[in-house]
Amino acid sequence: MKIKNAFVRTDKPAGEVWVWLTGLGLAIGLFMILFLLAIIAWNGFNYFWPKKVVEITLSEEDGYLFRGGPTVAGVITQERGMIVENLAPNQGYLLDQATDNPDYLREIQLYTGNRDVYGQTFAYLNKGKIESIEQPKGILMVERLEWGNAILFPRKLVFADGTEVSVEDPEFDQVLRRELSVVRERRSVLDELERRQMGRINLRIDRARNELRYFNSLPVLSERQASERADYQDRIERLNAELQPLLDESDRLRAKQQQVTFHFVLPDGAERSQPMGDVVNFYYPNAMSVFDRWSWFFFKIWEFLTDYPREANTEGGIFPALFGTLVMTILMSLAVTPFGVLAAVYLREYAKQGPLVSAVRISINNLAGVPAIVFGVFGLGFFIHVVGAQIDNWFFPRMVAINTPVFGTGGILWASLTLALMTVPVVIVATEEALAAVPRGVREGSLACGASKWQTIQRLVLPASSPGILTGLILAMARGAGEVAPLLLVGVMALAPSLPVDDLFPFIHLDRKFMHLGFHIYIVALQSPDTEATKPLVFASTLVLIMLVVVLNLTAILIRNHLRKKYMSSTF
Amino acid sequence: MSHSIRTNRNVMTKQADAANDSDAELRGDIIQIKDYNFFYDQNSQVLFNLNMEIPERKVTAFIGPSGCGKSTLLRNLNRMNDLIDGIRHEGDILIDGHSIYDPLLEVISLRKRIGMVFQKSNPFPKTIYENIVYSLRVAGRSKKSELDETVERSLKAAALWDEVKDRLNQSAFGLSGGQMQRLCIARAIANSPEILLMDEPCSALDPIATGKIEELIHELKKDYTIVIVTHNMQQAARVSDRTAFFYLGKLIEYNDTESIFMNPKNPQTEAYVSGRFG
Repeated sequence: MKIKNAFVRTDKPAGEVWVWLTGLGLAIGLFMILFLLAIIAWNGFNYFWPKKVVEITLSEEDGYLFRGGPTVAGVITQERGMIVENLAPNQGYLLDQATDNPDYLREIQLYTGNRDVYGQTFAYLNKGKIESIEQPKGILMVERLEWGNAILFPRKLVFADGTEVSVEDPEFDQVLRRELSVVRERRSVLDELERRQMGRINLRIDRARNELRYFNSLPVLSERQASERADYQDRIERLNAELQPLLDESDRLRAKQQQVTFHFVLPDGAERSQPMGDVVNFYYPNAMSVFDRWSWFFFKIWEFLTDYPREANTEGGIFPALFGTLVMTILMSLAVTPFGVLAAVYLREYAKQGPLVSAVRISINNLAGVPAIVFGVFGLGFFIHVVGAQIDNWFFPRMVAINTPVFGTGGILWASLTLALMTVPVVIVATEEALAAVPRGVREGSLACGASKWQTIQRLVLPASSPGILTGLILAMARGAGEVAPLLLVGVMALAPSLPVDDLFPFIHLDRKFMHLGFHIYIVALQSPDTEATKPLVFASTLVLIMLVVVLNLTAILIRNHLRKKYMSSTF
Repeated sequence: MSHSIRTNRNVMTKQADAANDSDAELRGDIIQIKDYNFFYDQNSQVLFNLNMEIPERKVTAFIGPSGCGKSTLLRNLNRMNDLIDGIRHEGDILIDGHSIYDPLLEVISLRKRIGMVFQKSNPFPKTIYENIVYSLRVAGRSKKSELDETVERSLKAAALWDEVKDRLNQSAFGLSGGQMQRLCIARAIANSPEILLMDEPCSALDPIATGKIEELIHELKKDYTIVIVTHNMQQAARVSDRTAFFYLGKLIEYNDTESIFMNPKNPQTEAYVSGRFG
């Protein structure tokens, strides 16, 4: 008996508690990451989902009506308790009413749209004063070119020749959809015309105009300069002549967009009308099947990814920002990889290990901890003001003379290089580790075959460490793609007029300013006229940014795994 | 330079013939080690005053307990120890009468003449074909017919051709341990070196693979001078013509293998080969 006790019960293995503690640490970390992703995914995807529209009738007793009328329609976006301390003095009676019905202290946030009429996007309604909530089938959600969405009941379509199709007409819905596709088709023609064809000519006009400005800035013109100036003047005239028919065509199309008028009634009873040309899209939120909703959902996601933004980024898609981020990240990777790998090869393979190399290594590691904005300032001070200004002096002296810097101002090249500089420590550290992990036997075998050190590095060591190098690049991309602060100083823009890569010579425009998803999120969240209305857009853009980083990383990981399989070293 | 080496070798051969008249079988000493001392850093000397000649186209085995310096000496023959910081040597090593420490001699050209096989087989992360032609590629030779011919010749010489001829373009990591080691031997002889250094080539192999390698060594000594370091005294007895016994960095006894094992002159050698220490 005694022996049994002494033998079994008392000897607990030391440190069992710590297993639980380590597990807890991991669990908390995982939970935070999943929570973050879930919040962003939920809110982001919610933006695209076609939600039901309710028509609310308010009780008339207190005169707290919406614009003087009892009915209002919209999407319920939030319901929350009112904070008693924040009630206005004349709202004190709510407290009394709330003792009977707690709904009097609850508030509903309703997305009402119709910003052109109401002057705001949301209405806040006291829940206690709601008499009825209905979901009328006939209510229409209309996306417009301006003023955001409208929520309305359609009445009739009036055509240029005066004929009308009323909503009672059984074919009304069909006619409305047909007219929508007509104006959408015409809008894409207009888009092609203005953005591509006219843009192309405008670019050449701008160039010629800059030359002209240069000659105009000279106090005295030589004979040759005078003739060159005349040439440019001719060219501008010629280009303008070339532009004129396109302008006429665009005016004609724009006029056509106004020909069909859409008449409707707002939920509060006001009758209004709008040209069909202003309508981007519409749907009947309360009359959609599940399939309709899902196809609308995916259609909206696709549109969001491929469309240009409208109305100061508060509507439309994010294509330029997405594209800008992608191009910048790729340029950054192209810059950071060779730079980092070469530095690491020298540090690990050639430099004589000693206090100096150790100091360099520590400095590189510390560089990774320097605040990002510091790199932005450096990019501005070095790349733009020194390198860019010098490039301009050498290659674009005329642009300097008229004070229109080309590379001496922010642009995607300088942004990419600044981020490359910021992320180079990551690549160096990862590459060094990968180089160190190449087995000594492989190096010795190569040297014994009569290879020089460089041949060994080039033919065996670098290929074998390529998976590790890619790991470094993945980390660099993950950091670089989402960084915003340094970009503010080196060329990001809220609304860039053109993409950094397009079909106009020389195709990759390294001097152009660009849009970036991270900056886009900041702009939409904090710098738009109605931040409450753009909140869902912020989540949607954030979701896209995360997805972009994930896709970039996955690509790199796939390549890395492929390489790993190829260069997997023998173990036995 | 090759001309001068050739001439030198003739001179050397004549001298060797004169010196070793009694041993007519010796064709000449391709490697000569003279008053050789070697230090890993200022204080730790690992080789002490070595003097020995290694004959051409024979198998010479270095034996001795761990840490006796036999591997260090082997790795100095093709200056592999140059990779280590802080090493220092005194005395000289001559190959074909030419110092390997000649400042005018590129160490790469030395290593091209000396193939090496390591204790742990170290195939490159490439195909079998590319492993073999590596030494040709780094020498800038890329004629397809020459490479093909080299691959076949080397793999046949390493007795691996029949096993891998159908999968030359597959990764070398798919081979078994013994095949990998024979691949490394094939790689070492691809560039037709004169000397083949083997650093315990069978220590990681099973008895069957070891047997194959030993057979191979027998075949290879017709064309190459082989220096082999081994822990295994039976192996030294089986494969080598000459055996050198090292102890604590000193060359204790160096003679025909038969004499070393049957009739050792030094009591330490006797104790070692009879398994009483080491």
